[in-house]
Amino acid sequence: MRSKFTVSILASTLLLAVYDAFLHAEEWTDDQIRELSSMSLGELELPPDPTNKMSGDSAAAAFGQQLFFDERLSSNGRVSCASCHDPAQGFQDGQPLGTGVGQTARRTMPIAGAAYSPFLFWDGRKDSLWSQALGPLESPVEHGGTRAQYAQVVAQHYEAEYEQIFGALPDLTGVPRVAGPVDDPVARQAWNQLTENQRDSVTGVFVNIGKAIAAYERQILPGRSRFDDFVDTLVATGRAPIGVLSSDEIAGLKLFTGKANCTQCHNGPLFTNNDFHNTGVPPRLASSPDSGRLIGASDVLHDEFNCRSRWSDASPEQCVELEYLVADSPTLQGAFKVPSLRDVATRAPYMHAGQLATLPDVLVHYNQAPPAVIGNSELVPLGLTDTELRQVVAFLASLTDSSRHADATRPGRQAF
Amino acid sequence: MKTSALNGNVRHRHRFLATMLGSIIVLIATVGYTASSHNISRPASKEFGQGPRVSLGRNYMATLEAAQPLRLRKMQTVRVRIEDVAGHPVDGAGITIDGGMPQHGHGLPTRPRVTRNLGGGIYEIEGVRFNMGGWWQFKLAISGPAGDDSVTFNLDL
Ligand code: HEC
Ligand code: HEC
Repeated sequence: MRSKFTVSILASTLLLAVYDAFLHAEEWTDDQIRELSSMSLGELELPPDPTNKMSGDSAAAAFGQQLFFDERLSSNGRVSCASCHDPAQGFQDGQPLGTGVGQTARRTMPIAGAAYSPFLFWDGRKDSLWSQALGPLESPVEHGGTRAQYAQVVAQHYEAEYEQIFGALPDLTGVPRVAGPVDDPVARQAWNQLTENQRDSVTGVFVNIGKAIAAYERQILPGRSRFDDFVDTLVATGRAPIGVLSSDEIAGLKLFTGKANCTQCHNGPLFTNNDFHNTGVPPRLASSPDSGRLIGASDVLHDEFNCRSRWSDASPEQCVELEYLVADSPTLQGAFKVPSLRDVATRAPYMHAGQLATLPDVLVHYNQAPPAVIGNSELVPLGLTDTELRQVVAFLASLTDSSRHADATRPGRQAF
Repeated sequence: MKTSALNGNVRHRHRFLATMLGSIIVLIATVGYTASSHNISRPASKEFGQGPRVSLGRNYMATLEAAQPLRLRKMQTVRVRIEDVAGHPVDGAGITIDGGMPQHGHGLPTRPRVTRNLGGGIYEIEGVRFNMGGWWQFKLAISGPAGDDSVTFNLDL
C-alpha cells in the first residue's frame, strides 16, 4: 500500500516535472531569447578611454589600487576611497548617505561596471573615471584635503611608482601643504599665491592620481550570476535550464522584461541604459529637492577636467559625449542616473539618497508611480499584484554575483 | 490507497487547470493593460523602417543608410540619402534632427547633427543614440532647393 502511494506521488512529481520542463522549453520566443542574450554579462565590451593614456596600464592600475585604499589622501588622515566604497560590501557602504570628513548629500554608488558609463555620479557631472576620482578628493565632506597635499603625499611615499608610469615628478619646493581651488578660504588664498607654473605642476600630479585610480577601477566588474548561467544555456540550447532559476524568479524575469517594462531603462548586460530619467523618487529634503541631471549636464560641460580640457589625453573630436550632449531639456529636471541592477539585492538602501529602504519598497514605488516633487516622472502605474511584485523582487536577487558570499572581501572581479 | 493515488492525479489536474486559467487571466490582463497604457498608438508596421520615405510636403525622398544595424546604448553615425521627387540627389541642403519616443513623452537622449555632406545626396549624421527599446521617431527637417519640408522615420529598437 505504502509503495503504491509512493509510486503515485513519484509519478505525479514526474508528470509535474515533465509539464514544467515542457512549459520552460516552450515559453521563450526567439525575440525573447534575443532580448535576454543582450543582458548576459558575456555581452559586455569595455569601451576605450581616450582621455586616459594609462587606462589599460597594469602598473598604473596597481598604483591606483594603493591610492584607492590610502587614508593619507585626506585632511584628517582617516578617509580613503574605500571608506565609502568598501570592497567587502560591493564597493559601497550600505548607508543612505556617505560619511567621510563630513556627510555627503547622496548615496555612495557601487563602482563595479562604472567604466562602461559615459557619465559618472548620480547627476553625471563627470565624463571620465579619472576626473570623477578628483571630485571626492577635493570635496569638503569626503576626503576634505587639497591637491597640493595629495601631490606631496605622492612625492613622499610613491615617487618610484609614480615616475615609472608618468615620468619625473615636478619640483614641488615652495608649495605649501594646504593649497587648492576649494571652498576653504585659507587653502584658496595659498593656491592663488602660487605661480602658474607651480599650480600646473601640482594639478598635473593630481590628475595622474586620478588616472591611476581610474586604471584600477576599470578592472572592477560585477561577477557572473545565476541569471547569466540561465541565459547562456537558454541562448546556447534554445531551452531554459531546469533548476537554475526558481519558477518565481522566472516569472519575475518575464515581468521585468514584459508587463513591468523595467528594461525600458534597465537594459543591456549591466541593466542600465547609462542615461538619466526622472522616476519621481521622493527627494531627501522636500524643501530643497535635488535637480539631478539638469545641473549635472551643465556642470560636465564646464568641468575643469572634462574630455576637452587640457588635462585630458583625448583629441577634441573624440569627445563625442560632450559634443552631442543634451544640457537644456526640461526632462533633465529631477532626472538621475539609471543604476546598474547587478548585485542590487546586496546593497540596500536604494535610490540616489537611500530614500527607499528595501527592494519591496522599490517595487511598491514603481507600481504606484507617484507624481514627482520636482520635474515630471516618466513612470506609469503598473497594476502588478502582490504576487507579481514578490516575483520581480525574487528575480532581482538572481543578479547577485554567485561567488559573492564565498569570497566577499576580494577586491572585485578582474576584467582581464 | 487507491483514493490517494486518485487524489494525487486530481490534485495534479487541478494544478494544471489552475495554471492554465491563471495564464489566461494574466494574458487578458496584459493585453488590457497594454492597450490602455499606450494612448498614442503605434503606426502600422509598414510605416517602420529606414526608408526610402517621402517627406510630408512630398518634396524630398529620404533613406537612412546605417553602416551597421542600429543598436541600443551605442553612440552611432548614420548616413541619410536625400533625393528630389525625380530621384536626383540633393546636395547642400540644411538638415536638422529631432525625434523621441512618442509613447514616453521624451526626445532623443543626444542632440545629433549633420557633420558632413559627402556628395551624391548623402549626409553624415553623428551623435545618434537610442537608450530604450521600442518605437522611436527620427525626424529630419530638410531645407533645400525644393523648399522646407520634413520627414519622419519610425524605428523599432
Ligand atoms: C564620503 C564617502 C565617499 C568617498 C570617500 C568617496 N566616494 Fe565615491 N561616491 C560617494 C557618493 C556619495 C557618490 C555619489 C555622489 C553624487 O552622485 O553626487 C560617489 C560616486 C562615485 C563614483 C560614481 C559611480 C558611477 O557609477 O557613476 C565613483 C566611480 C566613485 N565614487 C569613486 C570614488 C573614488 C575613486 C574615491 C576616492 C578618490 C571616492 N569615490 C571617494 C561617496 C564617496
Ligand atoms: C524610466 C526609467 C526607469 C524604469 C522604467 C525603471 N527604472 Fe529603476 N531606476 C531608474 C532610475 C533613474 C533609478 C534611480 C532613481 C533615483 O535614484 O532617484 C532607478 C533605480 C532603481 C533601483 C534602485 C537601485 C539602486 O542601486 O539604488 C531598483 C532596484 C530599480 N530601479 C528597479 C527597477 C525595476 C524592478 C523596474 C521595473 C518595475 C524599474 N526599475 C523600472 C530608472 C528606471
